[in-house]
Amino acid sequence: MTQLVWNGLFVGSFYALVALGYSMVYGIIKLLNFAHGDLYMLGAFAGFAILGAVGGVSSSMALPLLLAVLVVTMVVTGLAGVALERIAYRPLRRAPRLSLLITAVGASFALEYGMRAVAGADPRVYPVRLGGTSMEVFGARFTVQQLVLVGVAVALMAGLNLLVTRTREGRAMRAIALDPRTSALMGIDVNAVISRTFFVGSALAGAAGVMAGAYYGKIDFMMGFLIGLKAFTAAVIGGIGNIPGTMLGGLLLGLLESFGTFWLGGEWRDVFTFGVLILFLTVRPTGLLGERVTERV
Amino acid sequence: MGNRWAGLGGLLVALLAPFVNATPYALSVMTSAAIFVMLAAGLNIVVGYCGLLDLGYVAFFAVGAYTSGVLATRFDLPLLATVPAVLVVTVLAGIVIGAPTLRLRSDYLAIVTLGFGEIIRITANNLDVTGGPSGIYGIPHLVGSPVAFYYVTVVVVALAVLGAARLGRSRLGRAWRFVREDEDAAEAMGVHTYRVKLAAYIAGALWGGLAGVLFASQLSAVSPGSFTFLQSALVLMAVVLGGMGSVPGVVVGAVVISILPEVLRDLADYRFFLFGVLLIAFMLLRPQGIWPARSQEALR
Repeated sequence: MTQLVWNGLFVGSFYALVALGYSMVYGIIKLLNFAHGDLYMLGAFAGFAILGAVGGVSSSMALPLLLAVLVVTMVVTGLAGVALERIAYRPLRRAPRLSLLITAVGASFALEYGMRAVAGADPRVYPVRLGGTSMEVFGARFTVQQLVLVGVAVALMAGLNLLVTRTREGRAMRAIALDPRTSALMGIDVNAVISRTFFVGSALAGAAGVMAGAYYGKIDFMMGFLIGLKAFTAAVIGGIGNIPGTMLGGLLLGLLESFGTFWLGGEWRDVFTFGVLILFLTVRPTGLLGERVTERV
Repeated sequence: MGNRWAGLGGLLVALLAPFVNATPYALSVMTSAAIFVMLAAGLNIVVGYCGLLDLGYVAFFAVGAYTSGVLATRFDLPLLATVPAVLVVTVLAGIVIGAPTLRLRSDYLAIVTLGFGEIIRITANNLDVTGGPSGIYGIPHLVGSPVAFYYVTVVVVALAVLGAARLGRSRLGRAWRFVREDEDAAEAMGVHTYRVKLAAYIAGALWGGLAGVLFASQLSAVSPGSFTFLQSALVLMAVVLGGMGSVPGVVVGAVVISILPEVLRDLADYRFFLFGVLLIAFMLLRPQGIWPARSQEALR
């Protein structure tokens, strides 16, 4: 029982981390960034490439090194996110939503199969593996490394929350989310802020990618597809565009999956997840913490 | 009406093609292309006419193929006898996914349909009735020889395309386009937008399901591997490439998308990368596609 809860929270913290990028981008320009899951994949591969370049690592140094790689990867995926926005999304900001969505699907494809062309179709084994000793608390078995990963995830989310609620930058983001035109009139450089939002969101996804690579040990070019869907589900459960809601949604989705797997068996896990998504959208489309917005004025 | 001549010309090309090259390989490629045209025509109703992005369109294709395959193999029915059941089941599938979600914004709908596509695929993968990962095999053919089947397919697909085109010009079709252009205005003018969107969804599901029957008959086997997100994306690509809402455009797009991979076998690794880049490029440079739908209203 406690084990299920722990597993759920652990996976949930990954979901939350990826979901945040989805949520931020949606909150600010109302775009579902389909390619977001693929930035997570990109992060995993970037981390893989950097670790490979560094060469052999002694296992005692694995954790500090991994943290360093994490930072570099976040910069790489962050820049990739900015480039994506610049090339594929910005020119279409005034176009019909359908065009924008299709562009996002195209971007997702280009990233997935571009990576496949570069890195090959076979899964890669991560050079650093966080196995570690396990310990038991309240009957749940977990490793120190898992704890560290969750710690990093929580720290990143706390940092993001500070950024959005306490800084000038965060205030600009919230202003644009409310009304881009007026924000521009007030002297906010809308394009720059949107770029930075993409940077932050993509960096978080990249961080999650590296952590997942180090934890699961295997990465492949399609790994972002499913997690993208799940992250979106997490964002919807919590309330898309709402940052604390998204974190809550991620953890909740992790727990739901953990228990769903226990009750229904692993092969039905994803069916269960998407079922929850459809149910949530039907019953409460704005999520748990989202405000009710009437769309038609 | 240039479109009518274009349609007749296309049909003529399709009918004469086996006289040029009737190797089993060529026939199978052409039959697949025809089925793909039907899929694209169906998705065009949903995305092109009505502006609802469906990213799980192959779910209906799968529902049709599986329903037909399961019934035919379990009860030893000829495929044609399963068609009424397929119609009922696909309409139900369309309602099940459309009814709760069509009230939502289009981008939510996109991701829900994506989830629905995955649900159908995973379910087919895990159930015993559907044969699990290995699928169903031994589905009877609709007609004996591949050439005859090709002609049957071409005729069915031609009727389907014609039907889609006529639907698009009907009162309902105009309502669809109105909803696509401005949902609020449509609502204000008395169009029952929810019902109209659901109708588009059901029509799309029917086209997809019937294409599924053809598919089951062509391969005499179905397995979950044929119904991945990749397939949905390819059909969408065909619709976008050809020109959303334009029937001749979509037919051309579908033929291009289904034949191109055969031509570009050497580029295997870059093929789907190229698809992705093309999707972006088309949206940026030519969002209306190769053969755009000309607005008839504007001409008058």
